[in-house]
Amino acid sequence: MTIHLGRRFGRRSFLAGSGAVAAGLAFGPRFAHAAEEKRLNFYNWDTYIGESTLDDFNGATGIEVKMDLYADNDELFAKLKEGNPGYDVIVPTNDFVERMIEAKMLEEIDHSKIPNKVNLDPNFQDTNFDPGRKHSMPYMWGTIGIGYRKSRVDSVPDSWKWLYDSDRYAGKIALLADGSTCIQMGLKYMGHSLNATDPALIAKVEEMIIRQKPHIKTFAEDNGQDLLLSGEVDLTMEWNGDILQVMAEDDDIGYAVPQEGGLLWQDCLCIPKGAPHPENAHAFINYILDAEAGAAIADFIQYATANQAAKDLLPPEYSENPAIFPPDSVTAKCEASLYLGTDHVRMMDEAWTRILAA
Amino acid sequence: MEHWRRSPLVFWATSLPPTFWLVAFFLAPLAIVWVLSFGEKQGLIAIAITWTFDNYGRALNALYLEIFAKSMWMAAVTTFICLVVAFPVAFAITFAPERWKPVLLLLVILPFWTNLLIRTYALIAVLRTRGYVNFTLEWFWDQGNWLLTLLGLGEAQLLGERFEPLTLLYNNFAVVFGLVYVGLPFMVLPLYASLDRMDRSYIEASLDLGASQFRTLFTIVIPLAKAGIISGVIITFIPAMGSFLTPDLLGGTDSQMIANVIERQFKSANDWPFGSALSFILMYATFFALALRAMLSKSGSAMEAG
Repeated sequence: MTIHLGRRFGRRSFLAGSGAVAAGLAFGPRFAHAAEEKRLNFYNWDTYIGESTLDDFNGATGIEVKMDLYADNDELFAKLKEGNPGYDVIVPTNDFVERMIEAKMLEEIDHSKIPNKVNLDPNFQDTNFDPGRKHSMPYMWGTIGIGYRKSRVDSVPDSWKWLYDSDRYAGKIALLADGSTCIQMGLKYMGHSLNATDPALIAKVEEMIIRQKPHIKTFAEDNGQDLLLSGEVDLTMEWNGDILQVMAEDDDIGYAVPQEGGLLWQDCLCIPKGAPHPENAHAFINYILDAEAGAAIADFIQYATANQAAKDLLPPEYSENPAIFPPDSVTAKCEASLYLGTDHVRMMDEAWTRILAA
Repeated sequence: MEHWRRSPLVFWATSLPPTFWLVAFFLAPLAIVWVLSFGEKQGLIAIAITWTFDNYGRALNALYLEIFAKSMWMAAVTTFICLVVAFPVAFAITFAPERWKPVLLLLVILPFWTNLLIRTYALIAVLRTRGYVNFTLEWFWDQGNWLLTLLGLGEAQLLGERFEPLTLLYNNFAVVFGLVYVGLPFMVLPLYASLDRMDRSYIEASLDLGASQFRTLFTIVIPLAKAGIISGVIITFIPAMGSFLTPDLLGGTDSQMIANVIERQFKSANDWPFGSALSFILMYATFFALALRAMLSKSGSAMEAG
C-alpha cells in the first residue's frame, strides 16, 4: 500500500513555502532592533570587581554582564590591537590608556551620561595622560612596593636597596617578571625618574640587576604574594592590592613603599572603539562610580578607589590603611609610568632580554 | 577502497574536512606569520609589509643566537634524559605479558588527560621549599635525628643544626625536570611501537651465538629500533625547544628560553614582525631536523628490510 502525500505537500512546495515565509519575515517590524540589546561584554582583570556588582547592576538595569578576564595590559592590548573582538568596557592602566589613545582605540566618553562623576576624588577628575578625561574614567589606583615577612627581616625594608643592591636576603628575594617595571624601580633606586630615557642610565640599571641576579630567587609572574605566603621568599616586589590580600590571611606579612619612591598606577574604565553596546557601557561606568556600588567594590578588592563618595562610606580600617592609601609624604616620591614611544619600549625589552640571558 | 582513483568521490569526501582543517587552521595562520616576519612596525598598531630582512638580521644577533643555543642545549639534555629513561620502560612494556600491555600503555598516556598547566603547577607544589619532596626529606632527617639521639649522639648534631631544604625549584634543574616530565610519554610511545615490531628471533640468535645481554642490547636491539629512536627524539626535542610555559613557571632568573623571548615580542615589546622572524628561525631549524631524519631513514631502510 503506497501512501500518497498529495501534490500540495511535496518536497518542492514545502521548500518554496518556507522560502516565502523567510522572505516575509525579513520585511517584518524592525524597531525591535533599534534599542541596544540588554547585554554588556566586560573585559577585566581577575578578582577586580565586587562580589555582587554585576548581579546588582543586572538587578538595577536589566542588563546582563558577561565578564572575561585578562592577566596583564599586554594581553589586553594584543587582543584589541587588530580590532575590537566585541568588548564594551575595558580596564587598562594609565600608560596603556595613553597608548590606546594614541592608537585611536578608544571611544570618547559622553560625560552627560556619567552624572556620578561628581563622586570622584578631585585629584582624579582630570589627569595629564587623558586631558579632560575624554576617554577614561578612573577606577582604582595604587602603588608598587615591597611585600615582606615581618619575622624574617631586620627592620621594615623601606628601600629598593634590599631587592636591588644587597645580599642580605640572598635567595629569598623575588622581583616582578615585568621587565620595564623592574628597570623603572631600579632607576628610582638610583635616584632618577622612572621615566628616564637615557640609554646610559638604563645600561647602569641593567648592570646592577645582572650583578644582583645570583641573589634573586625568581622573577615572579604576578604570583609574588603566593611565594611570600608559602615562605618561598621573604621579600617581593608586588602590587599593594596583592599583598593586602595575603595580609588578610597571614599577620606576619607587611607592605612598605620604599623611600626612593615606587610606581603609582591608576586603572581606568574605557570604552574601546567598535563596542557593540556603547549605551550600556556608559550606564555601567556610571553605575560603578555610584557611591554605594563603588564602596562595595573597594571593600571587596581592597584597592584604593578614586571614588571619594565611596571612600566616605567605608570604615577607617580601609580609608586609613597606609598600605591602601599611603600618606602624602610617600606618594609625593612615587611616579606614574608614561608611554614614551616605540623606540623606548624596544630598548627596555632588549635590556630585559640581556638581563635574563646573562 | 583499494585505490583512490577507483572511488574518487569517497576519497575527496573523506579527505576534504582534514584538508580544510589543515589549510584553514595551520597553513593559513603560518603563512600570515611568515608574511609578518618581513614586516615593519609603524607606530603602535600598524604593520607595513615591506619585505625587509631587518627582522631576521636582528634575530641573528649574538644575544638571540645565544638564547637559541641555550634552548637547544636544554632541549638536548631533556631529550637525552627522556631517551635513557624511556628505553627501559618501552622495553619492559614490549616484553610484558599480553594482558598487561594495554594497562601499562594507558598508564603512560594517563598524564595527557590532565592539562599541561595543571601538571606544571603540581610540580611546583612538589618541588618548592615547602613542597612534598622537602617534606619527605625533612621527615627522614627527623627520623635520623631521633635515632642519633637514641644512640646518645644528639648533641653532636651530626646531621646539621637544622634541616636545610633542597632548592629544587626556580632553577634550570626544575626546568629540565618539568620538560622531561612532560616529554616522557612522547618518547615511550614511538620506542614501544618500533620495539614491538622488532623480530625477536634476532635476539635469540645473538644470545645463542654467545653475545652477552648487554652486547645484544647495544649491537642488535638499539640499531633495530633506530627508526623509533629517531621519531621519539624528534617528537620530544621540538616541543621541548619551543616550550615557554615550563621555563616561565618553574625557571629561575637565568632560565630564559627562546620561546619566552618570542612571547615577549608579541606582548610587552609589541613587536610582532620581530617575534614572527624569531618563530620562523625556530621553524627552519625544525624543518632542517625533519629533513635530516628523512635522509637518515632512507639510508637506514636497508637495515630495516624484513
